[in-house]
Amino acid sequence: MEAFTEKFGVGQPVRRKEDQRLLKGGGHYTDDFNFEGQVHLAFLRSPYAHGRIKAIDTEAARAAPGVLGVFTGEDMERDGVGRVESDMNLKELDGTAMFKTHRLALPTDKVRYGGEPVAVVVAETAFQAKDAAELIALEVEELPAVVTPLQAAASGAAAVHDEKPDNCALHWQNDTADAYDAVAAKAHKIVSIELTNNRVVPVPMEPKCCIAAMNTETGRMTIYAPFQGGRRVQGAIAELLFGGDGDKVRHVSDNTGGGFGTRSKIYPEIIAICYAAKKLGRTVKWLGDRSETFVSDLHGRDQVNKAELAFDDNGKILGYRLETYVNIGAWVTENGARLAIDGGGRIVGGCYDIPVLYYSCRNMLTNTVSTDTYRGAGRPEANYIVERLMEKAGPELGIDPQELRRRNFIKTFPYTTQMGMKVDCGDFAACMDMALKDSDWAGFEKRRAESQARGKLRGIGLASFLEGAGGRPEEIMRVRFEEDGTVNVYCGTFSHGQGHATVYSQLLSEKLGIPFESINLIQGDTDTAPAGASGTYGSRSSQMGGVAILRASDAIIEKGKKIAGHLLQAEAEEVDFEDGVFSARAGSVTMTEVARAAHDPARLPDGLEPGLDETYHYTREGGREDQSYPNGCHICEVEVDPDTGNVELLAYTAADDCGTVLNPLIVHGQVHGGVAQGIGQALTELTVYDEETGQLLTGTFMDYGMPRAAQLSDIVAEFHPIPSTNNELGVKGAGEAGCCGAPPAFVNAVLNALEPLGVKHLDMPLTPNNIWHAILAARTEGASS
Amino acid sequence: MDMTGEQRIKASKQAVWHALNDVEALRASIPGCEEVDKKSDTEFAAKVRLAVGPVKARFTGEVTLSDIDAPNGYTISGQGSGGAAGFGKGEAKVTLSEDGGETVVSYTAHATVGGKLAQIGQRLIDSTAKKLAGQFFENLSGYLDAQGAGAGEEAPAAAAPQPAPAAAQPAAAQAGGGQGMFWGIMGVALIILWIINH
Repeated sequence: MEAFTEKFGVGQPVRRKEDQRLLKGGGHYTDDFNFEGQVHLAFLRSPYAHGRIKAIDTEAARAAPGVLGVFTGEDMERDGVGRVESDMNLKELDGTAMFKTHRLALPTDKVRYGGEPVAVVVAETAFQAKDAAELIALEVEELPAVVTPLQAAASGAAAVHDEKPDNCALHWQNDTADAYDAVAAKAHKIVSIELTNNRVVPVPMEPKCCIAAMNTETGRMTIYAPFQGGRRVQGAIAELLFGGDGDKVRHVSDNTGGGFGTRSKIYPEIIAICYAAKKLGRTVKWLGDRSETFVSDLHGRDQVNKAELAFDDNGKILGYRLETYVNIGAWVTENGARLAIDGGGRIVGGCYDIPVLYYSCRNMLTNTVSTDTYRGAGRPEANYIVERLMEKAGPELGIDPQELRRRNFIKTFPYTTQMGMKVDCGDFAACMDMALKDSDWAGFEKRRAESQARGKLRGIGLASFLEGAGGRPEEIMRVRFEEDGTVNVYCGTFSHGQGHATVYSQLLSEKLGIPFESINLIQGDTDTAPAGASGTYGSRSSQMGGVAILRASDAIIEKGKKIAGHLLQAEAEEVDFEDGVFSARAGSVTMTEVARAAHDPARLPDGLEPGLDETYHYTREGGREDQSYPNGCHICEVEVDPDTGNVELLAYTAADDCGTVLNPLIVHGQVHGGVAQGIGQALTELTVYDEETGQLLTGTFMDYGMPRAAQLSDIVAEFHPIPSTNNELGVKGAGEAGCCGAPPAFVNAVLNALEPLGVKHLDMPLTPNNIWHAILAARTEGASS
Repeated sequence: MDMTGEQRIKASKQAVWHALNDVEALRASIPGCEEVDKKSDTEFAAKVRLAVGPVKARFTGEVTLSDIDAPNGYTISGQGSGGAAGFGKGEAKVTLSEDGGETVVSYTAHATVGGKLAQIGQRLIDSTAKKLAGQFFENLSGYLDAQGAGAGEEAPAAAAPQPAPAAAQPAAAQAGGGQGMFWGIMGVALIILWIINH
């Protein structure tokens, strides 16, 4: 038994068991599914960012070769298809309910962003469908478009939704404006900053894709689509198209080629495809191309922030005032308007003790595709603001920024934030010390001089960050021993790169003393997923799914003791279980033997059901505020070419407290991935909508700056684990921490490098063009002053 | 996008003006032109097959002429739709002036594009627009030569129009600004159509 736990137990760097298959091309993605008799669908998308629909003439398209059906929003409306509404119910300070949209998958009144689907064509082949879609005449009376949150907030701006003329879906704020003003009035110094958090396109490797197979005999539909947890697709489609009957809908996603949050939402495309399949009684397939994915996937970030910190004469924070405008895009989607509040708001003050917080957050509707959860979902934005502020505050207060951070770190736990979240544990100073040491911060000046000798500007930057991870505080897992001795784990979570098959197997192997190889993950099919399953998002799977597995295993051990007692002729209460062996009196029997006996009614005590099969519905005892709080300190070292503005990332050091590390290899991968996405946002990723026409200009990989391997450096990732007290595994979600730390560390490093030139401010992304212009402006200013 | 251009044609102002109002001359000169219909003295409809990088489509355009000052110039405005490929619309002020028996056609245009043309084709629009404009004038000169209207011996090679300074901005991802990036293809194509139309 020891062999399993030593090699495959918790804390071991076990190689991912799923990789052999995936790396050899054994993955099975949605487009890999093909069915006899399937037909193909194409979308007509609005080329206009904003306009009133005058007519959609589908006659020519209907008559085109191979066409089986052409549908618009009017058809859907006529057939009683439901409308999508977010379940958010946030209120403004005066009690006014937030504005919500009721979205029909294909609009009938207006088009509200370039790329919005307005009609579908189903034909025998994909090319026929695309050709016919070109024959649809969409007549639109164009309206002025608003694409930035500040444009949308300006008086006289075009209204994205006629019924909401001020474009503000929700102005959330807490009631502490006066309290903040009072501390600010007494402050020794107020340090302020204005920032833009650039919009990013998630671009998972697998584009949007969906197959809806309607079985006309059973009246049941099976939907194949990449998704981070199929119960939600099932629920939504049942609600919108099948009168709420979940039994009529099944969702399958075998592998999903990247989630990042953007694959956790119900898209209008999926609804329209399912509608067409039901209407035609066929299997309808759609593979979105990359261009469609760019204009129609939910984007991430996109905020404008105005923030200030009030300090006393000792550098202690007295209060924090934050005013944020979020660009939520054209529709109020599932989470878009609450990301900065329920997401970023969790940890809005970062690692710091904030006695008074005034937070105002306006969620603005614009003529762009909506923003919603994207790796980090509000927390990277929040950490970015406070870390830029702390870095700026240091020199203004005459205190070293590191020292300033140390003075203000939360040090007493549990700590309840001004937003009501309970941070259970952490040692932010220790993470900083670790990062400083690993990055050889002390030796930086020498390296700077060496760069200078080559005509380059070297910079170093640091960011401490706090994350709040966990999502919905419920998950369900089922652990089942099969007759052949293998163990199947039926998951409510969904692994799309996180390595669940490996980590869950490690947990079970250690807990039950069974071979690592004998454990299989069953996921991605609503026919087998436990009812009420949530899926994977918000860095929640180990802390929710992992705990549910452990508790299901406890139930298995309890039942196993009854069986073992029966086999060993002892009372169940006398049986001990350790390292996979049940023992009582002088005898012992292994877990595997007990599992085999469990399937043989003749060997079971009276009244015990055959089999070892336990489902555990875990609800976190502490609820939402008791999620896990990963944190860390990241340090970035860069070199800037002052002639071209090009930045080279030289070194990256991450000291992370992700709580107990179940598999360091996998957690390192999580940190690396998060850092890469954070560096991408900070260095190259810029989403541009033309401010005159509302057109997305960065809609291809030619124009959108995805980060590349050559732009990254080696990443030194170390752990400073302080086990979470909010779950019995002690884990803290690791998946989104990297993109919280990387942007502020990177930007602080570049600003540090440019300090000798007098550059004081930059907004992401730090492209050569952006930096070159900042250098030029600083030189001009320096020359004239 | 904004674009300005100038073209010298070895023909009299009257001959160029006539060609720019002659359906046949236009059909022969507009690159990819399939149809030109004169709806009235000031309204034309045209169908043109165009490719902007990977975006290929048949554009249906409608053009209206205003501020007509024969044979000195006019303002052309119009829009063209390429279905799923997107749309373009624009306006161009066209002026004809005589210079030593030749005619200088100059134009100032403002155009916008939408849909796939903007998303995929925008970085190719400038070059495509230049190419189309060049081809148009080359074709027009050739047409006039063939009609015996040419004033000179040789048909001049058309010089590419010069984009306005705004069009020389860095690519969108670098610039961070959204203005002035969509010059062309449609604009130029439409301009050409319009010019031709008269």
